[in-house]
Amino acid sequence: MKRLALGAWQWIDDRLGLADLIGPAAKHLVPHDARWWYTFGSATMVAFIVQVVTGVALSFSYISSSSQAYETLKFITDEAPFGNFLRGMHYFGASAMVLMVGAHMAQTFLFGAYKFPREMNWTTGVLLLAFTLVMGFTGQLLRWDQTATWSVVIAAEQAGRVPLIGDWLAHFILGGTTIGGATLSRFFAIHVFLVPALIFVFIALHLRLVLRHGISEPPVAGKPVHPETYRKEYHDELKQTGVPFFPDGAWRDFVVGTALIVAIALLAIIFGPPALDKPPDPSVLQADPRPDWYLLWYFAVLALIPPALEGYVMILAPAVIGILLLVVPLLNNRGERAASRRPWSIAVVLLSVIMIGSLWIAGARSPWSPNFDPQPLTQEIIGATSGPVFEGARLFQEKACLNCHLIDGHGGRRGPDLTYVGDRLTHDNIVIRIVNGGVNMPAFGKSLKPDELANITAFVESRKQPVPTASLGATQNK
Amino acid sequence: MPLLPDGLPKFAMNEIVPNESKFGTEPPSSEDMSRRRFFEKLSLALGGFCAALLGVPLVGFVIAPLFRKAPNEWLSLGKIADFEIGRTVNVTITDPSSLPWAGISAKSAAWLRRVGEEQFVAFSAHCTHMGCPVRWLSDAKLFMCPCHGGVYYGDGTVAAGPPPKPLVRLAVRTANGQVQIKAGPIPITNTL
Repeated sequence: MKRLALGAWQWIDDRLGLADLIGPAAKHLVPHDARWWYTFGSATMVAFIVQVVTGVALSFSYISSSSQAYETLKFITDEAPFGNFLRGMHYFGASAMVLMVGAHMAQTFLFGAYKFPREMNWTTGVLLLAFTLVMGFTGQLLRWDQTATWSVVIAAEQAGRVPLIGDWLAHFILGGTTIGGATLSRFFAIHVFLVPALIFVFIALHLRLVLRHGISEPPVAGKPVHPETYRKEYHDELKQTGVPFFPDGAWRDFVVGTALIVAIALLAIIFGPPALDKPPDPSVLQADPRPDWYLLWYFAVLALIPPALEGYVMILAPAVIGILLLVVPLLNNRGERAASRRPWSIAVVLLSVIMIGSLWIAGARSPWSPNFDPQPLTQEIIGATSGPVFEGARLFQEKACLNCHLIDGHGGRRGPDLTYVGDRLTHDNIVIRIVNGGVNMPAFGKSLKPDELANITAFVESRKQPVPTASLGATQNK
Repeated sequence: MPLLPDGLPKFAMNEIVPNESKFGTEPPSSEDMSRRRFFEKLSLALGGFCAALLGVPLVGFVIAPLFRKAPNEWLSLGKIADFEIGRTVNVTITDPSSLPWAGISAKSAAWLRRVGEEQFVAFSAHCTHMGCPVRWLSDAKLFMCPCHGGVYYGDGTVAAGPPPKPLVRLAVRTANGQVQIKAGPIPITNTL
């Protein structure tokens, strides 16, 4: 039986050449000390495989029609066996892919692994990062709920800022001049066919380059890269101390890959897929579109950059960052690889993480957005049941001041916290601010009657820190 | 070169003999070379032709929506009497030129205000900053955007926040006792 199976395998292998195809790749020598830090790349690929498998499964029920996509997603989520789990896997798989590609990139940068002769490994990796982000954004749009439709408009508006061809780009994204039947299907084609095909091609190229140039050895301080001698030194070292990729190196990839899939599955089971928003009806204006978490930091950028620079930042910043990332290895492809001898590389990674992290937190809190549903001020907070302060508090809420200002934890965070504003502004200051507006505050001079202005001023002026009882007693004793 | 037991080369592609004649190891004649050059050019030309044959309709099909005309029809919103003077209301517009499978995504909204007996003003519901849906706060007489905090006065001019331009005004008229609005494209801000 065993002999028969062996014979069958030999026949198949002779005709298909599988051993010749896979064998050299599996058995090629890798540095013996390339260990856990080297698993982020394979983890990214594992996440991509999860995306392909779950994506194919979802496409069995998903209909990419503007009028039906939302309903099919509801069916997948609420009724189809395993539908909820698969959507959750697809969502957390996307998150894992973004995280792993970021970790892989940071590790490659810190290890100086982009230097000679692996410059194109880095460049193809940068393009794969870009494709991953495009997949993330287009994937959110395929949810085709209210947030998705408004996100398409936001994408079109950003494209519209590109000089000369902005309108064309915007209409290309919308699939016309408005959202409609052509909008979703083009994002479906991009998400399901076009970008995955590019990812397959570039993963193949990336892996081909990994095999061609070998897995970089862990950097050693004081052992710089000299393009003239590097290849010989690398291969000599491999011959002496290298180990076959499979299984000596690959087992760690299998461990990390398995852990990643289990983590994605657990997250999908515990948290489930992202909830669907309201139906994709652009005539419903009670909407609050937000990107998925991996683009939340960019949402914050759009709110925080000075308006005068906004267009330039929106267009030039991604272009400059993209070009810089692509040319990193061309600017610096020799010399020390160890991060300890390249402290600026640690600074770049740390600054990037801090910057994206802080913007992410800002995006999640989005204090610049008005609070359309503020908790009403209580009688305790107002401190009066009638009179100008009470009337002023009523007007403060009615005129949407509370949408932007915080008072005792109630209201929005767009403007300054006014809980104790009476301690820092005089009566006249308050009147001037309300009538003329200020930085990021509308002028209410034309929309308020004199008595309304007087009442709101009285309320705002009354917002003072309570005087502690002890000091009150001390004052009375004097 | 690895050989099978019968002596045949394992891979056909290992048998590259670029500088030999078509039948053996003799040096190629000039006729062979010119034939090869011809076949090379023929193959490349045919490949290019096939790519164009497939590529031109593909590109044309994908960018076709760019050339679709924006909706430009007057659409009735209701009787004039249905709208109270001074009140700003949200009206729904359905794109008459939308594709049949657009469903509810063919709808859009605008803010309409009756300012006189037969005078109306209409504003696009898209914030000029990033296109998010602005809401009308009637007591405050302000339009507010939920995304990045853009605020507009009742006349559509920018009151606060990042919008670079006032809200876009839409064409609106009265005809035969009806209020009519022109369904237009989503306004795209080109300001840098």
